[in-house]
Amino acid sequence: MFCGCRVEFGAAPNSHTCPTCLGLPGALPVMNHEALRLTVLTGLMLGCDIAPLSKFDRKSYFYPDMPKNYQISQYDLPLCANGSVPLHDLAYPKDAQKKIATPEKEVPLVRIHLEEDVAKSFHLENNTAIDFNRAGTPLMEIVSQPEINSPEEAFAFLTALKQILIYGAVSDADMEKGQLRCDCNISVRPAAQQELGAKIEIKNMNSISAVRRALTYEVERQTEALARGEKLEQETRGWDDGAGKTFLMRTKESAHDYRYFAEPDLVPVKTESLLEEVRARLPELPRAKRARFVEQYGVSVYDAAVLAHDLALAAFFEAAAKGARKPKSVANWILNDLQSALAGAGRAIGDCPISPAALDELVNLIESGKISGKQAKEVFSEMFASGKSAAAIVSEKGIEQLNDPTEIETLCEQVIAANPKPVADFRGGNSASLNFLKGQVLKLSKGKANPALVGEILERQLKT
Amino acid sequence: MTASDLPALNIAELRDLLGRREVSPRAVLEALQSRIAEIDPQIDAYLSIDFDAALEEAARADVTLPLGGVPIAIKDIISVAGQPCTCASKILRNYRAPYDATVVRKLKAAGAIPFGKTNMDEFAMGSSTENSSVKPTRNPWDISRVSGGSSGGSAAAVAADAAFGALGTDTGGSIRQPASLSGVVGFKPSYGRVSRFGLVAFASSFDQAGPLTKTVSDAALLMNAMAGHDPLDSTCLNEAVPDYTANLGRDLRGIRLGLAQEYMIAGVDPKVRAAVDAAVAHFESLGAEIVAVSLPHTEYAVATYYILATAEASANLARFDGVRYGHRAENTRNLFEHYGRTREEGFGPEVKRRIILGTYVLSSGYYEAYYARAQKVRELVRQDFARAFEQVDALVSPTSPVPAFPLGERSVDPLQMYLADIFTIAANLAGICGISLPCGFAQTEDGAQLPIGLQLLGAALDEARILQIAHAYEQSTDWHKKRPPLVANVQRPTRKE
Ligand SMILES: [Zn+2]
Repeated sequence: MFCGCRVEFGAAPNSHTCPTCLGLPGALPVMNHEALRLTVLTGLMLGCDIAPLSKFDRKSYFYPDMPKNYQISQYDLPLCANGSVPLHDLAYPKDAQKKIATPEKEVPLVRIHLEEDVAKSFHLENNTAIDFNRAGTPLMEIVSQPEINSPEEAFAFLTALKQILIYGAVSDADMEKGQLRCDCNISVRPAAQQELGAKIEIKNMNSISAVRRALTYEVERQTEALARGEKLEQETRGWDDGAGKTFLMRTKESAHDYRYFAEPDLVPVKTESLLEEVRARLPELPRAKRARFVEQYGVSVYDAAVLAHDLALAAFFEAAAKGARKPKSVANWILNDLQSALAGAGRAIGDCPISPAALDELVNLIESGKISGKQAKEVFSEMFASGKSAAAIVSEKGIEQLNDPTEIETLCEQVIAANPKPVADFRGGNSASLNFLKGQVLKLSKGKANPALVGEILERQLKT
Repeated sequence: MTASDLPALNIAELRDLLGRREVSPRAVLEALQSRIAEIDPQIDAYLSIDFDAALEEAARADVTLPLGGVPIAIKDIISVAGQPCTCASKILRNYRAPYDATVVRKLKAAGAIPFGKTNMDEFAMGSSTENSSVKPTRNPWDISRVSGGSSGGSAAAVAADAAFGALGTDTGGSIRQPASLSGVVGFKPSYGRVSRFGLVAFASSFDQAGPLTKTVSDAALLMNAMAGHDPLDSTCLNEAVPDYTANLGRDLRGIRLGLAQEYMIAGVDPKVRAAVDAAVAHFESLGAEIVAVSLPHTEYAVATYYILATAEASANLARFDGVRYGHRAENTRNLFEHYGRTREEGFGPEVKRRIILGTYVLSSGYYEAYYARAQKVRELVRQDFARAFEQVDALVSPTSPVPAFPLGERSVDPLQMYLADIFTIAANLAGICGISLPCGFAQTEDGAQLPIGLQLLGAALDEARILQIAHAYEQSTDWHKKRPPLVANVQRPTRKE
């Protein structure tokens, strides 16, 4: 945050450090303007009020992972205040999407502030080792109002937030890499009670689903404790994912007096010019993208949501759909065949062997009647495996659709001649026989005949 | 000129010889080395000296640079790569700085050779250098007395010709007061004029590095090299640096000097008062106009300073915890005991006193009453000076209410020591610039001559004018030519203190 050291996940311990992030005597912090811009950008994306003047403060407490034994943070003038995170159906856990209590809920925020991260401690057998690589990297803290009512809502809040952070290119927000971390404050109260119960903080969750598990466990634990007549006190607990339990870390008595005061090594930040720079970087947000997909491409609300859920997928769709005659078909191909092929190959959309233009070409071949839907499946598999274009595969394999009426007339005549019983049935009023006969014609053409044309010609021949 | 005459030169004179190649940087260093060997055992100005490294730099020195080949002593709170930086504290006894402070880098770029680190009050907390965990520095004019502080080592070294010039730091008067007590020039730049990067922080919104020299023009020479923007210090101003020597020699016609009525306080030594009155009269004779001004919030300055500076210090000194460097207590059983014993053993009493005070004023329940109020008073003090500088070019006062006092006399009463900062401290609250220069002597009962310092304060970034006024005074008086009565290789009499 306040020095020029690189941030790299998995680098050798203490390899990216300098006098500033090690807190050496005499070293000073220098403002990271990009971190300021990204925080303001996040604030704008979440509809926050951006403080015209913001400042940094020192938060004092002793711990070995804090090189200076104070952290540069923001106390009373954070960069952003208010705002909200809009939840949407797909942000909820899959098994909870059918029973969402408050659809389209917006979780209000208190503030967003910027601070420097602390180092990472490793507790070894007889001592503790500290890696200062992470010390001093920028950390944005987003604080919500206490208006999240279930573990599933917490899951949806984090998923929706993560999505927006990715949309703004603020962070990859990967909890497993520590790019997104979450401390949850949770309290339970009897249904009739107005005021909130004792605030219990949970730390150490390594994934969004771990947050859900920890909260589910805590709701149960706290509810049972209250049912037993116990009184809950404010405390901090840790989550043990292996055991599926929380454990007590510290009680309120050991709470710190952080002795905040304005950081004298940094000058206050005026956000006016930052705001101008950042406005130009404001992306289309997930909600707007979903609405636009429905409007512009005629896809279903659900399909739009799935496409917009993953920014890379949405970008792929747009690239393919832009020139397509039927964008809806493009969406279907992406959401069905492409996604399952990617899942089967264990590949991400960014690493897809079929380009949006190539997919577009395939869909156009179907729409223009050059190949049948069935043939298209075959062509798609080949495209995914070889990376070749649809046109190339079609001509290589000779799987072009037979559209010549004269040839189809001949094929139909042959089938009618060879199948007197179904023909009689049809003429006797059993229209289902037509499908059988149509199948026979297609078979005779080795699957090449245009099914629509076959049906048309057969019907005409049978009726005369 | 013989080698033994070299240390008595000032920087400008030395530069003349070096520039004309009449003397080599190596010869200068060697002459200084023998002077230090003769004199320092009597005054204890130095904590560490690295002559081998300095001789290597001397061999490479480019004498065409503005400070080419000039050895400079550095207060032991300023980082010089590879040299100890102990802040005269046990807690940093074995610490060596791995990098150069920006001021040191700039001095080196101008050709100067930082060769040794000078004694100080531990972490710059004190006004007598008696709070050094190593040894007190003695006043070259009377070795039974203090040299002032906290930059007492730098002041004494320059006064005793054991340095051509030195760097100090000034948080509440720590350059100007020892300069006054030791009879040299001490210059405190405006806050933000000189980078703080690499200065071990005492009170971040007050600290400034500055020169201690034999003459005003030497201070200007060093300021030319030191001043200017530094991207590594966000509080360092991005303002053009004038040539501080350019105005030297201009007369004082049209200059208005202010006398603050609030500085006419009881407790100022009559000899100091008389010397400053004479200096004011001298300024008038040089053509300056004397104007009475008011700094109404002066009486709150000391209290305000000791709240804000200790608050900042309590956080700044938190990093000395024995985890990454410095003293570490042995055989501790847990983290809490590790912190407690390391800091208990590592810090001296004055540092502990200020950490406790600073922690207290920031504590919840007291913050509003102390820290927040002191911030408001600081703003009022700032406004006092802003109004005064609408009327005058500089303010004139004593630097210290008293000349050098005997070792041990005041260290028993911290409050008395704090109050002696009355003339210097407000400049740090307001972030303005100031200088102390010799303006007379007070004779003691046993016949010693103790220097008296005259302080000139100027508006923020008005360094060039303050240097001009000080230079005019200095060049029309003889005070700066007087030398302390030190005799080489005299054993210091053992006495009980
Ligand atoms: Zn760093």
